[in-house]
Amino acid sequence: MIYVNAFIFCGIVCLIGQLILDNTKLTPGHITTMFVIIGAFLDSFNIYDKFVLFAGGGALVPITSFGHLLIHGAMDTVNTFGVMGLFMGMFDLTSSGIVAAIIFSFFFSLFFQPRD
Amino acid sequence: MEINKYNAIVKKHTPKENILLNCLISFIVGGFMGVVGEILIELYAYYLHIPTKEASTFMIITLVFLGCFFTALGFFDNWVRFAKCGLIVPITGFAHAMMSAALEYRREGFVTGLGSNMFKLAGSVILFGVVSAYVFGILRIILMGG
Repeated sequence: MIYVNAFIFCGIVCLIGQLILDNTKLTPGHITTMFVIIGAFLDSFNIYDKFVLFAGGGALVPITSFGHLLIHGAMDTVNTFGVMGLFMGMFDLTSSGIVAAIIFSFFFSLFFQPRD
Repeated sequence: MEINKYNAIVKKHTPKENILLNCLISFIVGGFMGVVGEILIELYAYYLHIPTKEASTFMIITLVFLGCFFTALGFFDNWVRFAKCGLIVPITGFAHAMMSAALEYRREGFVTGLGSNMFKLAGSVILFGVVSAYVFGILRIILMGG
């Protein structure tokens, strides 16, 4: 059942992105940025956690989960250290995605040539 | 040339996209990516005996790796042209943006090329993610007490 939920949730997020892309003049960069902000907004009121419970990996694959993880990491340290925790823990959970993207991009760019 | 006439000509020559078909394709491809993510999480959790939270981190790393790898091989651009938001909105789109910038600017040198241009496309995601998370975090502390 969770596979169906994952399919539907992730599909709908991509569908919304496609609708915005086709009907406005925004570029894909605008859309990913917008989705990250929406993810951070939804998670700051504990809504995104319900999506994760509902769709599992389907809610973690879209870029909205990036904003969700940023807020989540920040709030974990806020609970321990107060307002200063906002500065300390923001990248705690997202570091894997960012570091992976940097490392793989760097080493692949050494070995591969651009195609066109 | 009058501006109206010009606009009419531009509209006539802009390629028409089939919005319905695009939406269907991105729904199916995006949904498929979600299912792949869920399957990866369960595989990692089952075979490596780790909690679901860590398994989802492993899943994100795997998808980023696949996005970078196929972009570097040159396949991913064609797939994005076909599936559009079905591959841009998942985390693979982030990897794709970073990898294509890295490939493109690599020949301009390490520091002035790769170093200063790698985040050209993906930087806005990180910048606005952090800024919005900060603002919403402050709001949350004020409204809900952390």
